[in-house]
Amino acid sequence: MKKHVLWEASLFELIRRTSVDLPADVEHALRRAYKNEKKDSRARWVLDTILENIQKARDNDAPLCQDTGSLIFHFQVPLGFDTNFLMAASRMAVARATRFGYLRQNTIDSLTGESCATNIAHGAPTFYFEQCARTTVDVHLIMKGGGCENVGRQYNLPNEELSAGRDLDGVRRCILDAIVSAQGNGCAPGILGVCIGGDRATGYECSKAQFLRKIDDRSPVKVLGRLEDRIMKEAKQLAIGPMGFGGNTALLGVKIGALSRLPASFFVTVSYMCWAFRRRGVLLSARGGFKKWH
Amino acid sequence: MALTDLRKLSYPFSAEQITPLRAGQFVLLNGLLYTARDRMHKYLFEGGKSPVDLANSAIYHCGPVVIRKDNHWVVRAAGPTTSLREEPYLPRIIKEHGVRVVIGKGSMGKATEKACMSGGCVYLHAVGGAAQVLADKVTAVKEVYFGSEFGPAEAMWVLEVKDFPAIVAIDSRGHSLLKVVQSTSRTQLRKLIEADRFEA
Repeated sequence: MKKHVLWEASLFELIRRTSVDLPADVEHALRRAYKNEKKDSRARWVLDTILENIQKARDNDAPLCQDTGSLIFHFQVPLGFDTNFLMAASRMAVARATRFGYLRQNTIDSLTGESCATNIAHGAPTFYFEQCARTTVDVHLIMKGGGCENVGRQYNLPNEELSAGRDLDGVRRCILDAIVSAQGNGCAPGILGVCIGGDRATGYECSKAQFLRKIDDRSPVKVLGRLEDRIMKEAKQLAIGPMGFGGNTALLGVKIGALSRLPASFFVTVSYMCWAFRRRGVLLSARGGFKKWH
Repeated sequence: MALTDLRKLSYPFSAEQITPLRAGQFVLLNGLLYTARDRMHKYLFEGGKSPVDLANSAIYHCGPVVIRKDNHWVVRAAGPTTSLREEPYLPRIIKEHGVRVVIGKGSMGKATEKACMSGGCVYLHAVGGAAQVLADKVTAVKEVYFGSEFGPAEAMWVLEVKDFPAIVAIDSRGHSLLKVVQSTSRTQLRKLIEADRFEA
């Protein structure tokens, strides 16, 4: 019984913090974007409101955005660790965070349309586990709202409309098209997670796993790093701006990963994360005690 | 458009206040807003009776986080939700109920532009994700309708607001701020696609 209490408390604190406190790298990127926009512009007005909102959420200890999103947990655990127990503890923490208003009642039964009071339901939240040779538990939580989820896209190369072939320039064209299709609708300026290859399911999975990366990092795969830089440069020229009101900033970052593929498929999958990029990580002891924030 | 070009609007939203507004202008709303999102739109579209008189009102596309504290409602977060989902329903609601202001986020289609033109209505864009800044503009929760039927996020909340900020995205002439940006970006996209190939 006691075991549950410590885990639930630590995971509850992770959820609370993810919901109310935007990570420093994201806030820093938004401040930089603010400086890059013209005085008295709509773009600056949006970014100013966003920065004020980030501070208020912290001060008010309240959700940054009312769409507290899908909850995606990534656990790294010691070999042989009881992951069913971790899921149970996480679910209890989610239900508690919902009761306390850190999460909105945000889970709908797709068949009946009924709202779920706890946010614990079939397929919610999402868990990923990785067993490693370690003695501690690493937990990362991503909260991804529906507005940005809806603007994600998957392409299958070749694509005639974009004259995009089965090569990296074809990939570049798809990514730019995804940015233009999204406009400001996913709450720009956002962050793109991209996967080259994989199948329809793993493509989205890998594209979303890119959101675990820090905004200012660069892919360690040289050619992907170059592609990320190129997209950032070109995205600016699209002049979409915050919320699609026009301006210099359409994106805060682009993160590209790759998976192998079948000969017949060449998917390019683009996930969009809104500016309210809620991502937090915490290191816990094997008993669930707090060690440090990432 | 400088921030000095800022219009204050107050409920009830008369034609005199709304029709002179132009796409791209900043506005601050005062008085009552009615939240409505997917369930409420479908309900009204299908002929359901509105619990309030929507003539000259503002509909806010928002599913707030609201908690009960010391016997009254407190809004914990209240940013806009994507409005495009209501595109199939909204024009009829504007027309039949005389809604004067719609607040939400994201681009809208032709049908909403037309409804704004014929109904002397505007579509205002609030800053998406700014749930705290916007919740702070709520001075009181007056009432809630359909709370148990539709759930708290889908219910109709009657909010009293002070200086609630937004930008005119579609004016009552049917002009759209986001469409201008969209068309520029599409031209740019064609150019970039034809630019130097990215080589491995």
